[in-house]
Amino acid sequence: MTARQDWPLYEVFVRGKRGLNHVHVGSLHAPDAEMAVHAARDLYTRRNEGVSIWVVKAAGITASDPAEKGPMFAPNTDKVYRHPTFYQIPGDVPHM
Amino acid sequence: MAHQATDGQALDDTDGSAGHWAFGTGFDEPLAGVDTTVPDGIDPADLGEYCLMLGDDALLLAQRLIQWITACPELEEEIAVANMALDLLGQARLLLARAGAAGVLGRSRQQAGGSIPDEDALAYFRDADEFRSTGLVEAPNGDFAQTMVRLLAAATVRLAVFARLRRSRDPVLAAIAAKGVNELAYHRDHAARWVLRLGDGTAESRRRAQAGADAVWPLLADIFTPADLEERLTAAGVAVDPAGVREEVTAVLTQVLDQATLRLPAWPGEAPPRGRTGGYGPERAELLGTLQGLARRHPEAAW
Repeated sequence: MTARQDWPLYEVFVRGKRGLNHVHVGSLHAPDAEMAVHAARDLYTRRNEGVSIWVVKAAGITASDPAEKGPMFAPNTDKVYRHPTFYQIPGDVPHM
Repeated sequence: MAHQATDGQALDDTDGSAGHWAFGTGFDEPLAGVDTTVPDGIDPADLGEYCLMLGDDALLLAQRLIQWITACPELEEEIAVANMALDLLGQARLLLARAGAAGVLGRSRQQAGGSIPDEDALAYFRDADEFRSTGLVEAPNGDFAQTMVRLLAAATVRLAVFARLRRSRDPVLAAIAAKGVNELAYHRDHAARWVLRLGDGTAESRRRAQAGADAVWPLLADIFTPADLEERLTAAGVAVDPAGVREEVTAVLTQVLDQATLRLPAWPGEAPPRGRTGGYGPERAELLGTLQGLARRHPEAAW
């Protein structure tokens, strides 16, 4: 049986009814993208979690290297001037 | 924005409202709060037996699908098959409860014992001759390809019937049909996706899909022939005459098999209804043996 190596891995992202963005919820194997979306519906939206599903081939995702955490992210912790803290956000502006 | 502990919580939008559950969140009484009065001019026994026809189809098809659990080709397919079986069990539960509410229980009611709800009494304590399911849903699964072809046929027929049943004069049947239509559309499409990929796949998958189609097509012989009961109730605006869905169903099945590059098997000649009138073969007895064995040995067991 060669099923496993013929079915690529897909990462699944689901957006909830009240959400604005898709959230990564897990992964699955499927023969192609159409089957992946529907498998995700069966696996990750069983309990009414979401209204929109994205699937992306895991091979299509480029991720940052955990070993490079230092050079990638450390310089950002002491640069206060990058945070907009000097003005008030009005109370009725959502999603800031 | 508050950080959500898990992705699942981030997506959970329950705010205490049970509005998104069609029949409430209590799982004890499937028809709780629903008016089950039989419409004017309808014999309750007729209506109940019609509910048994539709309910038994769902119950036994679910039982066939469940036979794939722990044996599906991939884990994702396990969940899909389980979900579809659960959908059908839900439909069976509502339909059998509606049959019980119409007073159609027969000797299963005495055998079941008082604490057992109507739908369970009907499911577990009726004998094979009291079931009203068709040969199409009772037939053995065969391999995965044959299972998907059978599911395609059964779901297409059931979807066509349910789509029309939404206009039934019995509000309970209409509501059950309205809920079932989305589920059945998904089942049909899931099966169709597989038939397309297996038929238009490798030489081996095409061979199996073709063999599956050849095995399933004869089971359609009595699917479109109405029993007297169905004709009576259709005239009364309550039921759906299966003859009326033949055209739509044959069109869908032809389209899927064509696209799957499979040869369309010969359509069987019309046969008189068998399962709908209590006739059955060894497949039904085999299914019921597994389904009912435990309940009958320990009728009022709880866990």
